[in-house]
Amino acid sequence: MMSIIKYFKDIYLGVKSLLTGMRVTGHYFTHPKEIITQQYPENRDVLEMFDRFRGEVVLLHDENNEHRCTGCSACEVACPNGTIEILSKWEINEEGKRKKAIDQFVYHLQMCTFCNLCIKSCPTDAIVMGKDFEHAVFDRSELTKILNKPGSKLMPGIK
Amino acid sequence: METLDHSEEITALESQEYFINMGPQHPSTHGVLRLVLTLDGEIIRKVEPHLGFIHRSIEKMCEKDAYTQIVHLTDRMDYLSCHMNNEAVCLAVEQGLEVEIPDRVKVIRTLISELTRISSHTLWWGVMGMDLGAITTFLYGFRDREMITDIFEETCGARLTMNYNVPGGLMDDIHPNFQNRVKAFLEHFKKKLPEYDKLLSNNVIFQERTKGIGILSKEDAISYGVTGPAGRASGFSCDVRKKHPYSAYDQVDFKEILDETGDCYARYKVRIQEMWESMNIIEQLIDNIPEGDFKAPTKAVIKLPKGEYYQRVETARGEFGVYIISDGKKSPYRLKFRSPGFSNLSALDHMARGSKIADMVAIMSTLDLVIPDIDR
Amino acid sequence: MEFSIYDFSTLTNSIHEGLSNSFSPTWVMIIEMSLVGLAFLGLFAVLGVTLVYAERKVSAVIQQRMGPMRVGKWGLLQTIADVIKLVLKEPLMNRQADKLLFGIAPFIIIIASFLAVAAVPFAKGLHALDFDIGILYVSAVSSIGVIGILLAGWSSNNKYSLIGAMRSGAQIVSYELSVGLSLLTIVVLSGSLQFSEIIESQANGWWIFKGHIPAFIAFVVFLIAGTAETNRGPFDLAEAESELTAGFHTEYSGIKFAFFFLAEFANMFIICAIGATVFLGGWMPLHIGDLAGFNAIMDFIPPIVWFGMKVTFLIFLMMWFRWTFPRLRIDQLLKLEWKYLLPINLVNILLMAFIGLMGWHF
Repeated sequence: MMSIIKYFKDIYLGVKSLLTGMRVTGHYFTHPKEIITQQYPENRDVLEMFDRFRGEVVLLHDENNEHRCTGCSACEVACPNGTIEILSKWEINEEGKRKKAIDQFVYHLQMCTFCNLCIKSCPTDAIVMGKDFEHAVFDRSELTKILNKPGSKLMPGIK
Repeated sequence: METLDHSEEITALESQEYFINMGPQHPSTHGVLRLVLTLDGEIIRKVEPHLGFIHRSIEKMCEKDAYTQIVHLTDRMDYLSCHMNNEAVCLAVEQGLEVEIPDRVKVIRTLISELTRISSHTLWWGVMGMDLGAITTFLYGFRDREMITDIFEETCGARLTMNYNVPGGLMDDIHPNFQNRVKAFLEHFKKKLPEYDKLLSNNVIFQERTKGIGILSKEDAISYGVTGPAGRASGFSCDVRKKHPYSAYDQVDFKEILDETGDCYARYKVRIQEMWESMNIIEQLIDNIPEGDFKAPTKAVIKLPKGEYYQRVETARGEFGVYIISDGKKSPYRLKFRSPGFSNLSALDHMARGSKIADMVAIMSTLDLVIPDIDR
Repeated sequence: MEFSIYDFSTLTNSIHEGLSNSFSPTWVMIIEMSLVGLAFLGLFAVLGVTLVYAERKVSAVIQQRMGPMRVGKWGLLQTIADVIKLVLKEPLMNRQADKLLFGIAPFIIIIASFLAVAAVPFAKGLHALDFDIGILYVSAVSSIGVIGILLAGWSSNNKYSLIGAMRSGAQIVSYELSVGLSLLTIVVLSGSLQFSEIIESQANGWWIFKGHIPAFIAFVVFLIAGTAETNRGPFDLAEAESELTAGFHTEYSGIKFAFFFLAEFANMFIICAIGATVFLGGWMPLHIGDLAGFNAIMDFIPPIVWFGMKVTFLIFLMMWFRWTFPRLRIDQLLKLEWKYLLPINLVNILLMAFIGLMGWHF
């Protein structure tokens, strides 16, 4: 007798548990306003990344085409993957002294793990993390970037 | 594929065992894990895991890296509890440097650890449902996880491989929005977590699929070294947060979730309960973040004194250990990670023998394996 | 030629007469059969495209997603693009597969669906085959499909496929019983196995309402067993994605895979159409007792729309099941059938016979 009661109780509880589950999914089906999808390429104009988002390393330039990088190679040392290569050259400044300056700030985006160590190690805050994250290209060589713009020079007063 | 031996004549009632390769590409191994199943019909006779498909020799790479550079490699091991891995390395290095860590750092590390735990468990919940055929749970799990990854993105700058810890403290202070966002998440998640029960935990099909499946006794759990929720579901009290408190875990009041049954349903329940417990910890700390620095001053080039250092933390999967041998140089002489996934996987054969292929999937997902954690 | 949306028999009769005037009876039959065949081909194509789209959208909204949105407005052309892709894809074959069986398996499955759909009454007079043993015919023909699944699993030379096929065999053989018995419960009341007569007997009310609780139980059993028959929802063990990758159709690609895919959706439609016909009055409008005004309004809606609405409702229910429940295990699946559905069904049919005998139904 007990087994018969248990048999019907099992059926009742089982069906009840299934119906509660269906209520949850039914709720979402009848509330399409709760859809959370963001349609990505279409919403590019309004898409705003967070301030600290790590997209790529950017060497900051001001309106006079001047940057703050002295070529000290601290970032190159801090980078765990050899992502950054600083090629320096000797320049003669206005006082007539030979001084080291960057020739090319080479950034291998394909090797970067966005760990933020280079940014933290920079003594002059020359590099920051940019917000651009659309890095897909057809040729791998395009990922090797030279971050200092042509003709740019060191901002006066940075040592 | 095993060729069958036709030399003996097969009588009508005799059954033959056969092999099946589950993986390296299989929807339910969650990565490149290859399991060689020996089957009799649908009954599993033996499971043989073959590892090493994504071995990246992280331990060897650590031997040439500076201590600050090691941290970001640990993100890529158990990527779902990346913050805890980072924390373990940083704690071990700090142990050697003997620096005093500001209270603010400890509390923030604990908060983010618990958020990471919730995010890992929500993902596990979704994937567990999907493994058992309820695909909708997958997206609900990801929906709730999304809010946490947004918090991480705002504070740490990345969603998954955050690299938020540095030896001595944190990379940045928390974002001004951090507390509000965490509170908003708690409010949201308290409404959604009961839905998890309605959709899956109480479902009669789900209970039939998980109760009494893949039983692991307490003794076996200890001898296989199964830790984390999987071990605690067998009654093995192994929560590092309780046993060896680190960061701010000695300041908060929380329960260690234990279950005696040791089956798939117990492991499931322990994880669901842990999410409530993590929320409890976050609630206790979120309004009490002490003022102070976010980083203790350390030298630019960290050199650990000669010696051996071990630090264990509780990740979402179990006990994660970092063992550093230093010879006084700027990179470790040898570094060994004790990853929870590897030990948990070793118990798989013991748990799965005698069950069916469908149970195998349930056991795998309640162990919550992350393959890069196993291979390193 | 007179045409009415409420009664298609005038249309079909006029076509028949028009053909009879110019051809001999044999040619008339051949032409009519090809016309019907073409109509069903068209129906299957439309069904496949719309049901796949509907499934994707329903599942998307349940999962708080949007579903296909890019191809055409609201992604309406997405499934058409998918069909083009499937047709253009290379049909691959395992080198050690049994080539003949591998080739014919998808056709057996699709032929079974075609045979079954022939007996479905779409509206008054829109009925390809009106046997006096319609229900028996449908349940016999729809189980041919399992042979296709078994062949596909066996010939693929893939262990996952074989396990899936064996599971499917056990499943369909078991659940065929429940489908048959739950339909018979209504046959007890209607007194006929012919679809048109079953529908006529529901002119004053659908069997699910007239047949008291036993009819409702039979309906629930039919829904569960019907879902299992189509290898869908919580019963998709044969193709269990997370266990057997894709079960019996793992090795199929291109147009052959499209056949399996189409047959799954066509079978879903057939099961829902038969459920709607037997339990929900087919194309009969909803009539409530003597409410003449209400009944007149209901009569105004054309029968084919009524049929469509009922089938849509049942299809939605099946989709709702699929996107909510986890999958059963093979032994639990068989336990559900032999320990729960079949005994309940047998008691239910006795109860129904008793009710019919006493004349307690409306």
